[in-house]
Amino acid sequence: MSEVGVSPVPMPAKRRGAQLLMLALAVAIVMGAYANVGLAIDGQIPSGMLTYGLSLGGLMLAAYLVLAKFAPWADPLILPLVTVVNGLGLVMIYRLSESDSGTGRLSSPTNQLLWTLVGIVLFSLTLIFLRDHRALQRLTYTAGAAGLFLLVSPLIPFIGRELNGARIWVGVPGVPSAQIQPAEFAKLALVIFFAGYLVAKRDVLALASRRLLFIDLPRARDLGPVLITWGVSLGVLVMQKDLGSSLLLFGTFIAMLYIATQRSSWVIIGVLLFVGGAVLAGMVFDHVYQRFEVYLNPEDPALFDREFGGSAQLMQGLFALGSGGILGTGLGQGHPELIPLAFSDFIFTAIGEELGLTGLMALLMVYALIVERGLRTALAARDPFSKLLAGGLSFILAWQVFIIVGGVTNLIPLTGLVTPFMSQGGSALLANWILIALLVRMSDAARRPPPQAIQNEGLTQVFQR
Amino acid sequence: MSELTLLLIRLAFLAVLWFFVIAAVGVIRTDLFGSRTAPAAGARNAGKPAKPVAKPKSKKGEPRQLIVTGGPLQGTTINLTEQPITIGRANDATLVVTDDYASSRHARLFPQDGQWIVEDLGSTNGTYLDRSKVTRPTPVPLGVPIRVGKTVIELRK
Repeated sequence: MSEVGVSPVPMPAKRRGAQLLMLALAVAIVMGAYANVGLAIDGQIPSGMLTYGLSLGGLMLAAYLVLAKFAPWADPLILPLVTVVNGLGLVMIYRLSESDSGTGRLSSPTNQLLWTLVGIVLFSLTLIFLRDHRALQRLTYTAGAAGLFLLVSPLIPFIGRELNGARIWVGVPGVPSAQIQPAEFAKLALVIFFAGYLVAKRDVLALASRRLLFIDLPRARDLGPVLITWGVSLGVLVMQKDLGSSLLLFGTFIAMLYIATQRSSWVIIGVLLFVGGAVLAGMVFDHVYQRFEVYLNPEDPALFDREFGGSAQLMQGLFALGSGGILGTGLGQGHPELIPLAFSDFIFTAIGEELGLTGLMALLMVYALIVERGLRTALAARDPFSKLLAGGLSFILAWQVFIIVGGVTNLIPLTGLVTPFMSQGGSALLANWILIALLVRMSDAARRPPPQAIQNEGLTQVFQR
Repeated sequence: MSELTLLLIRLAFLAVLWFFVIAAVGVIRTDLFGSRTAPAAGARNAGKPAKPVAKPKSKKGEPRQLIVTGGPLQGTTINLTEQPITIGRANDATLVVTDDYASSRHARLFPQDGQWIVEDLGSTNGTYLDRSKVTRPTPVPLGVPIRVGKTVIELRK
């Protein structure tokens, strides 16, 4: 053993100062972006800048104070990183609403700011009321049932709604604006369910096997949960025409199964099942087939001009990335409003046009750091449920970014998913803030120093027979 | 707004964005390699590697090694640090003994005020310091055998 190898592991510090500093920098970056948009479009600092800055700064300060009080040992980076992505999303939505043409009129920065407010309130409430995340383990099957119900709820008549070809909304009948996407909350409940279920069953899933050729195959009867999840996610794909949630759900389950059992055969089985299911769905269902068509041949003029399920949106996004280039056109100086729905699914290409590859890479780095902090929490966590939950939540975030960024850059077939924290949309924002609160709660538990062993033998004898 | 100003603003914004990312990585780095004072001290002494080595040497009379003097693992040595050492059959023990007479978490050695203390963790067959059974955390002198099942260990300088 070398001297270096045995140096004592430093205890994690609270790092509250670093967190506050990073948070201030994050808010400053968002404010800078906001001012930049105003300067570029109107030639002056936007009039609402003070209100906007004070509200965002106040919100983040409130979130910071709640975190410092109720999760003092939590990771110092998660909140500032999320602030930057959320804030830049807000700025981009504001910037799109400033342009008169195209999709600008549909974007609503005020609403998004309100949703951010509600998101931070939910973040704080989660931290305040969920003092020990292991309480969630007791809710394993409740969470599973709730997740499943939320997932199928858009199919229920009267409250379910179909919008832009996907039946993923529920709302109050007669009130067009009051609607949410329950699938966003379902994914949280399902990750909790997967974590609890896999903790209970991982031994049998990890050990019982038969050897076939080079890999250990699990027994046929242990395939049950995988097949059920596969069936549910294909059901989502077919009944709700929601490719993104389907891929997200199944991928997360497979990843958590792999984390729990460390068996690559599960990954192989999962990928084969999903590819098989997707190809089958592509042959049988029109809307899935259209996605493949667009994916393989987006430049085809016939596909570009097709009214529904055409490649126009994808191509506009790619054009935007192209005109952005390495350094971008500058905030407020490009034409991201030409991309249909640039404020929701395609916000990433809108940012890519105005900030260029350099900005996009920075943004992806921020996402990667959030995920890294989450996985770090999973590594440091002390019980298997926390490990699986933190790993699953970080993975679902990473997987979501991959699916949507891969989709808009035509790396994989485009599936409708929101970019976490950036796209306009309340449900996703709220669900992701709760996700972050759970990660913060777990990192607090993982980094908190273990209770010191009582060594004052005069008072207490700890181990006495 | 002139083109030049906007260009400068754009470049400055990208620079600040990357500065944020690098600052975040810096926070992680500090988290991994100790608090802010530790790397600063390490950097100052980087030119003279003798300094960090000198620190353990200064503690004269303190045990530096744990040596297994009897049992199947005879001859094994473990360098002592500030970390406690656990002995048992469990895989996460510092010294894993394969011994039917040892419990999975049998005993623990930890430093306190420059002394090493042995503590029995409720084992079935007990831990012995020299001839006497360890019933409470007991300081371990140099060279006195500790018996855990068939394994005998000693602290050496």
